[in-house]
Amino acid sequence: MNPQSSTDLSHETAVHGHDDHHEEHHHDPPFWRKYVFSTDHKVIGIQYGITALLFLALGFFLMMVMRWSIAYPGRPVPFISHLPWFRVWLENGMVTGDLYNMFGAMHGTIMIFLGIVPLAFGAFGNYVTPLQIGAPDMAFPRLNMASYWSYLLGGVLMFASFFLPSGAAKAGWTNYSPLATTTDLSFGSLFWTGQTQWLLAMVFLISSSLLGAVNFITTIINLRCKGMTWMRMPFFVWAMLVTGFLLLLAFPPLEVAAIMQLMDRMAGTSFFVPSGLFVNGQFFNAAGGGSPLLYQHLFWFLGHPEVYVLILPAIAIVGEIIPNNTRKPLWGYKTMVYAVMVLGFLSFLVWAHHMYITGMGAGVSTFFQTVTVLISVPSVILITSILISMWGGSIRFNTPMLFATAFIPMFGIGGLTGLPLAFSMIDLHLHDTYYVIAHFHYVVAPGTLFGLFAGIYFWFPKQTGRRMSELLGHLHFWPSLLFMNGIFAPMFIQGMAGFHRRASDGGAAYERIAGQEFLEAGSFLSKIFKNGEAITMIDLNIVASVSAWCLAIAQVPFIINFFWSMTKGKKVNSNNPWDATTLEWSCPTPPPHGNFLKEPVAYRGPYEYSVPGAERDFTPQFEPDPESPQAPAEEELEVKGGH
Amino acid sequence: MHEIASEHGEELDHMLALVHWFMLILAVGWGIFMIYVLIRFNARRNKKASYSGITNHFSTHVEMGVVIVEVVLLLGFAFPLWAARVEKFPDSPDVVKVRAVGQQFLWTFHYAGKDGMMGQVDLDEINAGGNPVGLVREPNALDDFAVPNTLKLPKGRRVIVQVTSKDVIHGLALVPMMIQQDAIPGQEVPMWFTPTKTGEWDIVCAQLCGASHGQMKATLEVVEPEEYDAWVESQPPMLKPEAPEKTAGAASPESSKGAVASN
Repeated sequence: MNPQSSTDLSHETAVHGHDDHHEEHHHDPPFWRKYVFSTDHKVIGIQYGITALLFLALGFFLMMVMRWSIAYPGRPVPFISHLPWFRVWLENGMVTGDLYNMFGAMHGTIMIFLGIVPLAFGAFGNYVTPLQIGAPDMAFPRLNMASYWSYLLGGVLMFASFFLPSGAAKAGWTNYSPLATTTDLSFGSLFWTGQTQWLLAMVFLISSSLLGAVNFITTIINLRCKGMTWMRMPFFVWAMLVTGFLLLLAFPPLEVAAIMQLMDRMAGTSFFVPSGLFVNGQFFNAAGGGSPLLYQHLFWFLGHPEVYVLILPAIAIVGEIIPNNTRKPLWGYKTMVYAVMVLGFLSFLVWAHHMYITGMGAGVSTFFQTVTVLISVPSVILITSILISMWGGSIRFNTPMLFATAFIPMFGIGGLTGLPLAFSMIDLHLHDTYYVIAHFHYVVAPGTLFGLFAGIYFWFPKQTGRRMSELLGHLHFWPSLLFMNGIFAPMFIQGMAGFHRRASDGGAAYERIAGQEFLEAGSFLSKIFKNGEAITMIDLNIVASVSAWCLAIAQVPFIINFFWSMTKGKKVNSNNPWDATTLEWSCPTPPPHGNFLKEPVAYRGPYEYSVPGAERDFTPQFEPDPESPQAPAEEELEVKGGH
Repeated sequence: MHEIASEHGEELDHMLALVHWFMLILAVGWGIFMIYVLIRFNARRNKKASYSGITNHFSTHVEMGVVIVEVVLLLGFAFPLWAARVEKFPDSPDVVKVRAVGQQFLWTFHYAGKDGMMGQVDLDEINAGGNPVGLVREPNALDDFAVPNTLKLPKGRRVIVQVTSKDVIHGLALVPMMIQQDAIPGQEVPMWFTPTKTGEWDIVCAQLCGASHGQMKATLEVVEPEEYDAWVESQPPMLKPEAPEKTAGAASPESSKGAVASN
């Protein structure tokens, strides 16, 4: 538990029997051991990162097809209608309800469980956390490897399910019973249907997260280097610790739910299936007596903490980049640490605000509304602390900082629009409308994703020894910011107008709602876009869809930048190209197996920028005081850590 | 933003506006602060960063202000308005009682009929012709009638809709009434409201229910009370009067048990 004792572990954990001093004489492990079945947290982090980025691209592609169906229902999808797989699923080239539902379910599943969480927690968490606490690796390197491979297996299963005769899962990413239980029953083998494979894949993905969570918690508690007291941990590490606990405690209920639903499908149980269902004009053959709401409770008991699993790593990355680029300490570091703990705790007590419309009495809803509103307090503390950190800074706007800066208002919009949704009364109108879609996408897409992009630009030089191009970075950032808002801002308006989600025609069937006027006939914009006719609510679908496609184009500079900079980017001239203060910038570039050449020591807090009287505007954690070059005594460290 | 045609809809809209004004004030305040900071503390303008940054407690006051407004919203609006929705169901003879039964992909609206008493239902009773909701033959049920895909209501009278489903979860969303309720198989959840305007609107399915979820459409029609009463008079009952007595008698004990379970 105490950081000083942990340093003894470093040799054992460093290279499994290798000795640091002999490292240079040892020949490298074979390729497959070093880059494929690696136990090195950095390689695993990169494996997670690459896989997650590929899945993010896939999830985004699904959405681009859906956006066509939403904006232009009844028109054949361009480009893809001749591809072999699509020929089966498109009807006269148009997206069918089944295809739309399949893509919708898989967009959510892929983005959350295969994209954002693995990128945020798996990639950044794995790569950065041990470096920042001065550890040679994760506490359980093999568990770490198992976690990645379990994730990959889950991902492959998920992806492969598209190619089954039934296609992939179609019951929404929430996979509510009884729809999830009664879908795709007509295919020969119940096992080889998308719905069943979704559940199996989820079991692998959840197991992967659990292994990761245990590993992170143990690593952060036990493997901190000398002097790395709790209050000297970078905020990023705190966020990872809390995220680890969220995953550890929230995921098991969903794993249980997935297995129970799997049994409902495969073994004839009825955990979530009530008696007397009458599906497709005939009685549904099931034991009955189950409760559909039980599934929702189990799902959202994970579902809400999961939101914070998505957000915290991004806030944490932004919390690293803002001090670095404002050249001043993170404002209210300690308050932020306590806020993130409170946030983590409260996130377990708000799940039923997803279920106000299932028939909730006054007592229960009072509790959930109160806690939901309460959780805004630590959230506001986190975001205002980061914002206030900028006051008095000397801000330099490089690409990581651009994304980190944009994160604040984007996440702010997402957070603020969560407030009305906290009230069950307002949910009577806004529940399951596009307002909700816009709200959580602002949190996760321009919010979390911008944080993650910032992190990629920020830590790229540590891994590759080269910086990413600033020009391409700007070309990536500005259009992304514009189009992200172009996609999601109109959804707030549509949601207020009563547009409900998951309609494959974008609400066209409900023409009396969809046809409401947004801008009156003859107004300036209506003259430009609709020959002077009134612009209706449903026309906003086109704004969002076109923005989505443009957003895809805006990612091209990033992709080019990513690969080009690996070999051609400007070389960094030191291990600490950003003049940063945390420990990861003290190790070689790229960090070798075992990370640090000599045992790292943390001499001070994580964000000592622009210290009065100091020579430079940054005083790294890993540099001893100029006056007392010897490492301070342990008692002294302990006392300092208390500040 | 759109037409509001129910009593509580006005209250909801009022609360919605209030919350959004509050959000707007916060967003504009934070936005101005942020833009000022980004310009004022640009590295070109401010070469040396300050170690301590802001030292006053302004943000604490803002945070306290936020908490106070949130408490007001909760105690003054959210709790009482919700309690009125879910605890104070109207109970008088003129209350219109309807069951909304969802199925893939249509709604059946089962009216209590002239007697205002809803008949018992049992899914075992569902048969293809004329009895889509599984109505059991008993005195209250005799004048019950059902209408597919049209929910016709009188203006100005309170309405209780019992929402349920035969297969998967649907959602009955009456957008201009500013109300919606998930239709969950195996249970019936009531919602109530008072229409204040006549008109015709779309009923939206609010919960993903399968391939044609986006097209699961019904019509909400609010008419003058006299017109509504005449319409109720003219509706043929679901149960044909000449149905043999003995089958009904045989079905009763078993089915009433089933009906209790399905509630």
